[in-house]
Amino acid sequence: MQFDIFKKKRLSSLLMLAILAAFTYGAMIITQYDVIKGFSSIPKSIHWGLSSFYPTAASLDNLPSILIQLGRTVLTSVAATTVAAVFALFFSLFGSKVTKVNNFLSVLSRGTATVFRNIDVAAWALILLFSFGQSALTGYFALFFVSFGFLTRAFIETLDEVGGHSIEALRATGASYPSIIIQAILPSSTPQMMSWILFMVEMNIRSATLVGILTGTGIGFVFDLYYKSLDYNTASLVVITIVIVILILEYLSNYVRRVVL
Amino acid sequence: MDAKSIQQSSTILRHSKSNRIKIKPFSKSTFVLRITLAIMAILTVLSFATINFQTIDFWAGLVDTVTNFQTMFTTPQLNHFSFWEGFYAVLITMGLAFLTTLFGAALGLLFGLLSAENLSNKRVSNVIKGSVAFIRAVPTVLWVLIFAVAAGLGSVAAVIGMTFHSAGYLIKAYSESFEELDEGVIEALRASGASWWQIVVQAVIPSSLSYLVSWTFMRFEINFSVAVAMGAAAGAGGIGYNMFMASSFYFDLNEIGAITYYILTFAVLLEVIAIRFKTNISGH
Repeated sequence: MQFDIFKKKRLSSLLMLAILAAFTYGAMIITQYDVIKGFSSIPKSIHWGLSSFYPTAASLDNLPSILIQLGRTVLTSVAATTVAAVFALFFSLFGSKVTKVNNFLSVLSRGTATVFRNIDVAAWALILLFSFGQSALTGYFALFFVSFGFLTRAFIETLDEVGGHSIEALRATGASYPSIIIQAILPSSTPQMMSWILFMVEMNIRSATLVGILTGTGIGFVFDLYYKSLDYNTASLVVITIVIVILILEYLSNYVRRVVL
Repeated sequence: MDAKSIQQSSTILRHSKSNRIKIKPFSKSTFVLRITLAIMAILTVLSFATINFQTIDFWAGLVDTVTNFQTMFTTPQLNHFSFWEGFYAVLITMGLAFLTTLFGAALGLLFGLLSAENLSNKRVSNVIKGSVAFIRAVPTVLWVLIFAVAAGLGSVAAVIGMTFHSAGYLIKAYSESFEELDEGVIEALRASGASWWQIVVQAVIPSSLSYLVSWTFMRFEINFSVAVAMGAAAGAGGIGYNMFMASSFYFDLNEIGAITYYILTFAVLLEVIAIRFKTNISGH
């Protein structure tokens, strides 16, 4: 009967809503989240932002030093991504279903990627602080490990999509493994991989801010310094420069993606 | 074949100096690809050239890292809190991620509908898309710290700040999946006299439900790791705070190892649940 179907549908969506509400209530109790304070803090923050979170003429004096640190952060993010991409390429070739050498290596490289990806960049930064201390290398390696894990997974998916038939055809002609990889697999998957690499660069610059706050390097450290010394005018200038860099990068990578893909 | 097309094909089959046929013709896309790769390679070299290696011994650090990993993963140990306290801390992190995803999804749904070009007008859509691009460009940790000034450090600032970024991400993802809907469906419903809400509830959301669910779960996974980071960097509590204390105050590698296992377990669990949920939705 049609009537029953509608009733059942309504009941099941009510049930879903009830479960969701229960989870929300539980989460609010555990995290001690105050709903009223949550709502009231938004206008308060906006008011504060408009009244004190803007760059002044005095804070512009700090602009050169901010830009130097920002440039370093961008360089570190790019370097971490490219080196990670090279490693990820090899691991994904071993890990992908279509290009794997044997099952053991495939499972091994997939497993490595999963571990590296699921340990958060903040966790990596805190772990690496022990061996590299408060230096640019800590941030570099934290970004590198996460990029490596993420890119390996992304590349494996790309290879799985691209491979298949072309490999079968080339294998039938008697082509060797290296020539299959170099002549067929890599050329057809490069645009997609490039798109992932660009995405990773963007993500790394955002994470670099966080890593910088934790490890005391780069643009994150600069922000933290001004923020903690209550110099909100200069801190806002840091935020604005980060936003500009990320927007420019997003524009450039969208352009490359449009042309390449 | 007329003369013109013969001429064209001969320009494509260019010969190199050694008189071999060039198989790959030169095109704009390969040019841009090569330029991008070259720029990235140059920036990488530049980056390594400018890193100050003098204060640190690179190889000693690398060896240290390996031994540290060994200590972490082979002898995990809790010294400053019990197993269940740690479990509760992960639950707090989970709760932060859940609330953020829920609020982000609610905002994402509303503004996603308003910014989808086929359901809204051009001006509203552009205004929302522009502000969303700005919101996403500010890193999450900065949003949290900015809100922390007015709301104080804690879960309120963390949830609101993280919601900002998740909402920005989900608005973009949702509106793109709404825009994929066939224009004809909306037109047909509009012609039959359906209101905007009826179109949205009966056609737009059901047809893009599986996309919505998979984007939301993806954001949930991201939010979990962001919540860990916010605990460490912005005092939001949860397992991230424990990790920050273990690393920066107690210098306790064994505890970091144990916390890493906590995070890994929950992250993998979340991934498995997400995959199960997605196959359930797309199966119906």
